[in-house]
Amino acid sequence: MTAVEDRATAEAPEREVGKARRRKEDARLITGRTTWTDNTVLPGMLHLAVVRSPVAHAKISSIDVSAAQEAPGVIAVLTGRDVADEQGSIPCAWPVTPDMVNPGHPSIAVDEVNHVGEAVAVIVARSKAAAQDAVELVDVDYDLLPAVLDMEEAVAEGAQLTHDHLESNRSFHFVFESGDAGTGQHTDEAFRDAEVVVSRRFVQQRLIPAFMEPRSVVVQPQGDNYTMWSSTQVPHILRIMLAMVTGVPEHKLRVVAPDVGGGFGGKLQVTPEEVISLLVARRLGKPVKWTETRSESLMTAHHGRDQIQYIDIAADREGNVKGLRCRILADMGAYLRLVSPGVPVLGAFMFNGIYKFPAYRFECDGIFTNKTPTDAYRGAGRPEATFAIERIMDELAVELGMDPLELRRRNWIRAEEFPFTSVAGMTYDSGDYETATQKALELLGYDELRAEQRRRRESNDPVQLGIGVSTFTEMCGLAPSRVLGSLSYGAGGWEHASIRMLPTGKVEVVSGATPHGQGHETAWSQLVADRLGVPFEDIEVLHGDTSISPRGLDTYGSRSLVVGGAAVVNAAEKVVAKARRVAAHLLEASEDDLDFSGGKFSVRGTPGAEVSIQEIALATFAAHNFPEGVEPSIDADATFDPENFSFPHGTHLCAMEVDTETGMVKIRKYACVDDVGTIVNPLIVEGQIHGGLAQGIAQALFEEAVYDADGNLTTGTFVDYLVPSAADLPHFDTGNTVHEAPGNPIGAKGVGEAGTIASTPAVVNAALDAVRHLGVRDIRMPLTPERVWRAIHGGGDGGDRATAGTNAYGGAQTETTAGVSTPQSALGGDR
Amino acid sequence: MTQINVRVDGVTYTDDVEPRTLLVHYLREQLGKVGTVIGCDTSNCGACTVHLDGAAVKSCTVLAVQADGGEVTTIEGLAPNGGLHPVQKAFHEMHGLQCGYCTPGMIMASVDLLKENPDPSDTEVREGIEGNLCRCTGYQNIVRAVQQAAGEMRGAGSVSPAEVDTAAAPHVVGQA
Ligand code: FES
Ligand code: FES
Repeated sequence: MTAVEDRATAEAPEREVGKARRRKEDARLITGRTTWTDNTVLPGMLHLAVVRSPVAHAKISSIDVSAAQEAPGVIAVLTGRDVADEQGSIPCAWPVTPDMVNPGHPSIAVDEVNHVGEAVAVIVARSKAAAQDAVELVDVDYDLLPAVLDMEEAVAEGAQLTHDHLESNRSFHFVFESGDAGTGQHTDEAFRDAEVVVSRRFVQQRLIPAFMEPRSVVVQPQGDNYTMWSSTQVPHILRIMLAMVTGVPEHKLRVVAPDVGGGFGGKLQVTPEEVISLLVARRLGKPVKWTETRSESLMTAHHGRDQIQYIDIAADREGNVKGLRCRILADMGAYLRLVSPGVPVLGAFMFNGIYKFPAYRFECDGIFTNKTPTDAYRGAGRPEATFAIERIMDELAVELGMDPLELRRRNWIRAEEFPFTSVAGMTYDSGDYETATQKALELLGYDELRAEQRRRRESNDPVQLGIGVSTFTEMCGLAPSRVLGSLSYGAGGWEHASIRMLPTGKVEVVSGATPHGQGHETAWSQLVADRLGVPFEDIEVLHGDTSISPRGLDTYGSRSLVVGGAAVVNAAEKVVAKARRVAAHLLEASEDDLDFSGGKFSVRGTPGAEVSIQEIALATFAAHNFPEGVEPSIDADATFDPENFSFPHGTHLCAMEVDTETGMVKIRKYACVDDVGTIVNPLIVEGQIHGGLAQGIAQALFEEAVYDADGNLTTGTFVDYLVPSAADLPHFDTGNTVHEAPGNPIGAKGVGEAGTIASTPAVVNAALDAVRHLGVRDIRMPLTPERVWRAIHGGGDGGDRATAGTNAYGGAQTETTAGVSTPQSALGGDR
Repeated sequence: MTQINVRVDGVTYTDDVEPRTLLVHYLREQLGKVGTVIGCDTSNCGACTVHLDGAAVKSCTVLAVQADGGEVTTIEGLAPNGGLHPVQKAFHEMHGLQCGYCTPGMIMASVDLLKENPDPSDTEVREGIEGNLCRCTGYQNIVRAVQQAAGEMRGAGSVSPAEVDTAAAPHVVGQA
């Protein structure tokens, strides 16, 4: 921390970085003057509606579009067969193993459908209503095939196949073994010699990113050029991939992400609907628009998480951890999308958490099932890892009769040990777990709550109290291009920025990182204001349009500030360096004699001899009086490729009340202290933590994408998929410690995913701590009252949600449908 | 087609609508009032909230013909002449939005809530905006914003920006 203090005192007090600047973005958002993709209306624009499969797995035996074709307002109806030669396959950019099996992913199914909601035809009509009305008129005959829905069954001998033309349901088998990697001991040895081994099976339920703005695409053809507006996180990646998939040359394609209403990984994708929209616009030569409904979004936009985790931890009796072994089944769904296989692999280096394991093994199978494909969702791989390690540490503590915090303390990396290379080969940059934990305990009021817990336990209160701990780290700032290359990812991890100094002294900052709620316009302005010494208000941040911001890798993986912000800072430094030559010329001084501060160059020892960088911008524009042999521009661009990931960390504590009679759980208090490195804008950082917590807590308590025994999504609306409201969430007490990240010029570590990654296990650990004395040792997420009650009163983990019946009998298995339970729903309980 | 007369954000419109047209579609597609957005198809999210004759409604739950003869206020007309309503100002001040997609509906619902209850507690705000979903903020800053606006509207004085600045930062250890 001393480094931070030194820097703070050494620099001028008027720094923008660290100020709780109100966001520049807000003005248009709070007044409804926004540019959501669906707002776009173009002359002659046609509207698309997608006909989707109502069955999970079937051969398409015939499609009759004649009635739809004749419907009023309908211009065209296209099936998969009609576009089979031009639609290519939705790309998967991350072949995590050389022998990974990719079945190929047509945007519109041609012969076979593999999940409910898969596109089978598209209606093009003069109005949205006409397009939707005609959906009903398309007549598709399906030859049903058995649906593969359960991962454990899918890997068993003789399992049904998700894709008939494949040999198994396994896409890949990825292994990391510290003994082989040379980063630790061999795991078998560690386990052979262990005094204590604890094994658990954890279920990471399937989730839906559920961004609030439904996806929307508009494509405008202009000759052989195309402009696509899309509600996407990744306009740059989308442009490259669309060019590769459809054959529209990259330089004929412009992609724009206007205001985008949230993404959370859910819009980190190249979607079938984007490809379809481009194909239709190309074929008809007319502008087209597709906007999904919420039900369509929940059913067909990619899902997240969905892992079964078999975790073994080895330790000695004193509580020193000796080894960790993780076997993971990761549900890919029916197809591989952009980074589906990469998601569990992003967790592969994180299951060991903040602890000093001598041995570590990670094995993951990517499994196909007849469900919506999975891909990135906030945290992508790291929440899964953090959940497993933070849950198993608690289980080990119980086994050893130790305090869970004491066990963590005994094994975590100490502040003086940074930088520390973990057993997974990651070099953790900086931090202090003890300080963060101490602060979090104070914020929570830990001692009083422990005392209350004892009182409630002694008095046999029906409402029991528990405290859950999660001490986490995550790898952020995706990512060093070399590392991505070594993991076979299809692209680099750099980010680009450029700075344009306008004649009137205003500044345009062009960023390759495309925001969708993170406040880049504000934070980047703060960064540049400090570096260039120009007013915050004089800076405009441009982004999200491949013709304005030609190079970029977009926003995901808590990378924007860490990588994109670093590029902005480096570009600003280059501007200053260029301006310095001009200043020296104008002031008739040597560059070495110039000081630059507060936006002005001054000649050391010559009071009054000064020129501002904004004046230099005008002088550069005129270029009348310019140094010999220097090109008249002080604009600059920079591409930053990080050397290492950054490693935010923190301690999250949850106090939870569990009503043992009803199974209702209630978060009594939530406190967390996060270290995300240098804080550029405390307001934005706090907001990111809050939003992250909401999503992590929602995984623990509310959300689950449930499929019935036929492969229908039974949580296909906001009635059933429980995105929490304000009344469902507690107040959060948040705090920060600051250890600069050494790997970027800002010192930031990334904050977008921290709250989500850390909170889920803290919440589940809290609930278990409340009822552990009643014999409960696991409760399946989400902790619905039913599950909690069943775990307390019936044993096991509370089991599958009782909606595993089939929609053919009215969906959820209620008392009235109990008699028609299917093999799946009858299993119930602990499996 | 049915003819309706409706006053929206201070302007009177006479239009033909299909009987099945929802108010939100009329606003967005026929009037170009795209500040009001759609977030769901089951009336759960509140993104489409506007005021109809002074009360908050989910405009995806009202038929355009039901607004005939009525007066609609959308986020675009909440504060006339380019000004800001205290609730809009407070959302900005307290960082009550991130992506901003839920924001128009959230603001319209909050204005209505404050009409009913000018001094709501934390819990009352949370329950009052229960019908509006936000995926970004975790709601805490929305609650702060509504209470801040409540204070200002009661004339109880507002939290000054300087105080807010330090309020956001006291937990920050080791950074100036
Ligand atoms: S769009 Fe009206 S409630 Fe969701
Ligand atoms: S600010 Fe994004 S949904 Fe509320």
